Amino acid sequence: MTLETLPAWAAIPAALLLILGGLCTAIGSLGLARLGTFFQRMHGPSMGNTLGTGCVLFASILVSSTLANRLVMHEILITVFIVITAPMTAMLLMRAAVYRSNSK
Amino acid sequence: MNVLLDFAMRFAQFCFVLAMLAAAFRMLRGPSAQDRVLALDTFYINGMLTLLMLGIRSGTTVYFDIALLIALFGFVGSVALAKFLLRGEVIEP
Repeated sequence: MTLETLPAWAAIPAALLLILGGLCTAIGSLGLARLGTFFQRMHGPSMGNTLGTGCVLFASILVSSTLANRLVMHEILITVFIVITAPMTAMLLMRAAVYRSNSK
Repeated sequence: MNVLLDFAMRFAQFCFVLAMLAAAFRMLRGPSAQDRVLALDTFYINGMLTLLMLGIRSGTTVYFDIALLIALFGFVGSVALAKFLLRGEVIEP
């Protein structure tokens, strides 16, 4: 089975997940470019990246599992890793920004 | 049905490239150093997502390994830069 002969019950949810993930990521990063202060800019990418990564990776799991006729779960590694590490980066950056704005 | 999936993939890739452009704008413009670090964080995650999209389109698992490596090293780089901004040193004695 190739990507051209993917059945409809897998293609439609995968396409919807891809569109949703792309929209979330684009909105989050446009928020990074447009918002005013640094503490406002924190919110956009952390929401958009986590949700967008989750949607794209679930679409990838769906497509590759359907193509291989078995459950392919190795994309879940990236999901778990991003979900663990994104708040850690955000928290360290927040603390750095608070420290630098206090000491200025 | 593959027309829908093909359109979704092209749309998602366009969205990721738009997001990378926004992050690059903030990285070049950013008034303070933490803005640039945040933009770099967004930039590598969007690059990883673009590679994953290429992996779905081509149907091989090579892109998955590259995406995992980008996620690992991007996290290490972001944490090192944030730690440097916070304390002035990355590895403290």
